[in-house]
Amino acid sequence: MAIDQSFVGRTYPPSRPYEVGREKIREFAQAIGDTNPACTDVEAAAALGHPDVVAPPTFVFALSFEEASRVVQDPQLGLDYSRVVHRDQKFSYTRPVRAGDVLSVTSTIESVKSLAGNEMVAVRGEVEDGTGEHVVTVHTTLVARALEEE
Amino acid sequence: MTAKVAYADVEAGTELPACSFPVDRARLVRYAGASGDFNPIHWNERFAKEVGLPDVIAHGMFTMAEAGRVITDWTGDPGALVEYGVRFTKPVVVPDDEQGAVIEVTGKVAAKLDDEERTVRVDLTATSAGQKVLGLARAVVRLG
Repeated sequence: MAIDQSFVGRTYPPSRPYEVGREKIREFAQAIGDTNPACTDVEAAAALGHPDVVAPPTFVFALSFEEASRVVQDPQLGLDYSRVVHRDQKFSYTRPVRAGDVLSVTSTIESVKSLAGNEMVAVRGEVEDGTGEHVVTVHTTLVARALEEE
Repeated sequence: MTAKVAYADVEAGTELPACSFPVDRARLVRYAGASGDFNPIHWNERFAKEVGLPDVIAHGMFTMAEAGRVITDWTGDPGALVEYGVRFTKPVVVPDDEQGAVIEVTGKVAAKLDDEERTVRVDLTATSAGQKVLGLARAVVRLG
C-alpha cells in the first residue's frame, strides 16, 4: 500500500525534554570504545573550548530515533513497523551535544516514496537545547521492506 | 572547538589513520544498553534467524559510531564535525565465536571546502568480512 503523499511536511509535537548527563555520555563513549578525554573529563573538554564534557557525534540518535519511531508508527501512516530497516542517517551540527543540555526534538516527515514495493520514509528531527537554540538536525530514512514472494 | 589537525597541513588525498574495530556479542549488548536500542536482531540469534538474517547483526548506528571515530581520533575534538552521514548498505554479521567480527575503516580528505571556515570533506570506507557495510559515508570537518 503506497503511503499517502499528504503526510509530507507533517510536523509532530516536540518530544519531552531529555537531560544529558555526564555519566550517560561516559557510558556511551565506553560502549563504542571512544577514549577521547573530552567525553569524560571536564578539564579536557574545557581545553578544547567546551563548557562541559561532549558526547560522541552519534549519541544524539538515541533521542531522535525514539521520536522518528513514534512518527513511523503513526497508525495513520500505515507502515508495517516489523519490516522497517534503517537506510540513511545524517547529522548536521551547530555544536556538539554536551552534559547539562536539556534537549527536545521536533520531527517532520520530509518525504515518502515507494520503490519496488519498499516504502521509504525520511524524517527530519530538529534538536534544540533548553534555551531554544539549535544543536543538531538529524535526518533519518527508514524503509519498510516489501513482503517477499512466498 | 579546537581540532589538533591544521587546515593548512592537509590537502585533497590526505589519508586519515585507518582503524580496525572488533565487534563481539558482549560489545553489542553493551551498545544496546548505552544507546537504548534493544532490537533482538542485535543479541538474539534465534530471533535474527527467524526474521531471515544469517545471524545476529551489529546495530547500524554502532558501525556509524565506530567509523566516526576515525575522524574524531584524527581531529582530537568530537566537536569538529559539522556534518556526518552514511547509508547502511550491508549488515555486519557477528557470529558467537572467539573472533566475532571486525569493522575496517579508512578515511581520506576528499576536498578542501572553505578556507575561511577551515572545513574539509572526509570520505570514509567501512568493510566487514570483505563487504562494504557503509555507502556514501561522508563528513564535513572543521580543522584548526
